Amino acid sequence: MGKLLLKNKEVAVPGEVIAEGMDYLPGFGTYREKEKIIANRIGLLFVDGKVVKTIPLEGRYLPKVNDVIICRVFDVLMSGWRLDINSAYSAVLMLQEASFKYIQKGADLTKFFSLDEYVVAKIIRVSSQNLVDLTMKGPGLRKLDGGQIIKVGTYKVPRIIGKKGSMISLIKDATGCRVIVGQNGYVWIQGDPEKELLAIQTIKKIEEESHKSGLTDEIKKYLDKKVKK
Amino acid sequence: MTYKKRFDGRKFDETREIETKVGVIKKADGSAFFRIGKTIAYAAVYGPRELFPRSKQNPKKGVLRCNYNMMPFSGSGDRVRPGRNRRAGEISMVTEKSLLPVVDLSGCPNAVVDVFIELPQTDAGSRCAGICAASMALADAGLTMKDMVAAVSAGRVDDKIVIDLDYKEESYEGGHVADIPIAMVPSTEEITLLQMDGRITRDELKKAITMAKKSLKEIAEKQRKALKDKYRGK
Amino acid sequence: MNEKFKDHIVKALNKNVRMDGRKKDDFRKITIETGVTCNAEGSARVICGETEVIAGIKMAVGTPYPDKSDEGILMTGVELYPMSNPDFEGGPPREDAIEIARVIDRGVRESGMIDTKKLCITPGEAVWMVNLDIAPINMDGNLIDIGTIAALAALKDAKMPELKNGKPDYKNLSKNPLPVSKNPIEVTVLKIGENLLVDPTQSEEKLLDARLTVSVLENSDICAMQKGGNSPLTDKDILEMVDLAIKKSKELRKLL
Repeated sequence: MGKLLLKNKEVAVPGEVIAEGMDYLPGFGTYREKEKIIANRIGLLFVDGKVVKTIPLEGRYLPKVNDVIICRVFDVLMSGWRLDINSAYSAVLMLQEASFKYIQKGADLTKFFSLDEYVVAKIIRVSSQNLVDLTMKGPGLRKLDGGQIIKVGTYKVPRIIGKKGSMISLIKDATGCRVIVGQNGYVWIQGDPEKELLAIQTIKKIEEESHKSGLTDEIKKYLDKKVKK
Repeated sequence: MTYKKRFDGRKFDETREIETKVGVIKKADGSAFFRIGKTIAYAAVYGPRELFPRSKQNPKKGVLRCNYNMMPFSGSGDRVRPGRNRRAGEISMVTEKSLLPVVDLSGCPNAVVDVFIELPQTDAGSRCAGICAASMALADAGLTMKDMVAAVSAGRVDDKIVIDLDYKEESYEGGHVADIPIAMVPSTEEITLLQMDGRITRDELKKAITMAKKSLKEIAEKQRKALKDKYRGK
Repeated sequence: MNEKFKDHIVKALNKNVRMDGRKKDDFRKITIETGVTCNAEGSARVICGETEVIAGIKMAVGTPYPDKSDEGILMTGVELYPMSNPDFEGGPPREDAIEIARVIDRGVRESGMIDTKKLCITPGEAVWMVNLDIAPINMDGNLIDIGTIAALAALKDAKMPELKNGKPDYKNLSKNPLPVSKNPIEVTVLKIGENLLVDPTQSEEKLLDARLTVSVLENSDICAMQKGGNSPLTDKDILEMVDLAIKKSKELRKLL
């Protein structure tokens, strides 16, 4: 008979035996070694029927198609831009993907996006060698003016956004700040200085406690208390 | 003359006191602290990140790059001159080789994972402490690895086989001494680091490795506990 | 640096808001611990926010400089370990590491904190060399000020080794401390836009227009200074920065 050695939502660490016997199937973050299923990455255990997998807690951003991310322009090319996407790999925004408008060849590209500017973009292609192509054509994709960028752990992003955006709405409502969370861990915030500070502190708190359950309620109380002051 | 009792009163198969912690370096992707007796190692992992120069990139998988360094005031005796010397270069290399078998970098071609090991205080066993810290830091960085790597030195002091020699035992003058740093993948018992200096017989070596295996499994548990503790309580 | 982003932070600073919740003239919480590494003759760990450094003292016997034949020698080293920050690279010390080491060294030296004459063993032949090394574990800005506090704490913690056949016997430290007296506190004041602030984080350091490090003695005399950054300063700026440094040095001195 198969046996689980860890409880659901417990932290599994590399080399740890999660399950014994052949009844379970190894999913993400695990592998089978004879009768055992062993974790190969730090993560929260998630048992989905017969499948045993882990949800990563740590790690750098790896680009995925359709991710909406925040990127920084760091080079202007002949027919496009090169952008930092908070990953081991940089991305390219080609001229034809930069705008719905027609950009003539030989135009001064810095007039559209210049060095050190941040944009919200979507990944349209990732090659086997992790070459990344971006597009700016789509709803919500745009250049970011003013405000500031902070970095958060990539795997904390889902918690910061919350179920159907519940967590991020809490922060926006309480602080009146504009907030955009990129899948790659760059977060853009714009508002009054004191409110921006509160938004940053809240995001840092979520990041630190992201593995806890019941976080949305806790953050709601935290924000209520802070805003009342 | 025989070595009847260890200088610090430990049992022959007992390591010094071990302390483990992860997440100690905030700006790193992963980090760890590992203390065994008076030997202290910090390790930080950065990456996967872009690798320069391009000639060092590997299009098939990411590159693991380790750097071992003793702080200038860490050793007994004279100040350790900063910068990479031959000893540090060799230890950096064997550290890489000891960790590579567990780390899967196929998901990050052309990139590098940097591991920096710094020792503020040493009392023998520093390369093993560095490997233990590095392995914890790699796991803390969320890398894919089939197991931890635990390391400890086994050896011989006079007629006794012992685990985790300290500096005083390494410099024992009453008889032969052998120092054997060993790193192992605990789940498979594969040995990924083996060095030795001194003098030992084949049978003594066999006994030393068997003894080391037991200690290494205990060390791996302490490494894993530190990783779990990061998410416990608060 | 993106100018619009910088303007945004400057506007917040104009309202005396820093993005970690501090006011412009606040230091982060500082803790000091001595005797942190057993093979050094003296050592200290200082944690300030997310910056953490260890300072260690190793003593050696060497020959004096010809022009100061009866004085011991202080040597200060700072290595920017790539472990402590993703922006640091391995290899030989870069200019910024050398500057930090020299500024800390100058503060300690010019204050007369160490009575180097008392470190003479045989005039013209043998003197004590005090090797002060500063090692960042975590680096999140303000290495000069925090490194100096660690240096002072380590120097005060140090015990002289006994001499055995003209060589230091590291196994036997005497009870004698180093001949140290004064506390030269260094305070670095940053100018960002029209704002002056102390104890910058690394992200604040990246925004600086100019900085001034002031080394202040107990009686508020100044014993060393260093201007950094690409923008010039007016005499009015300098005096304001010095005033702020003197004010903060009094608070920091209480920690030691």
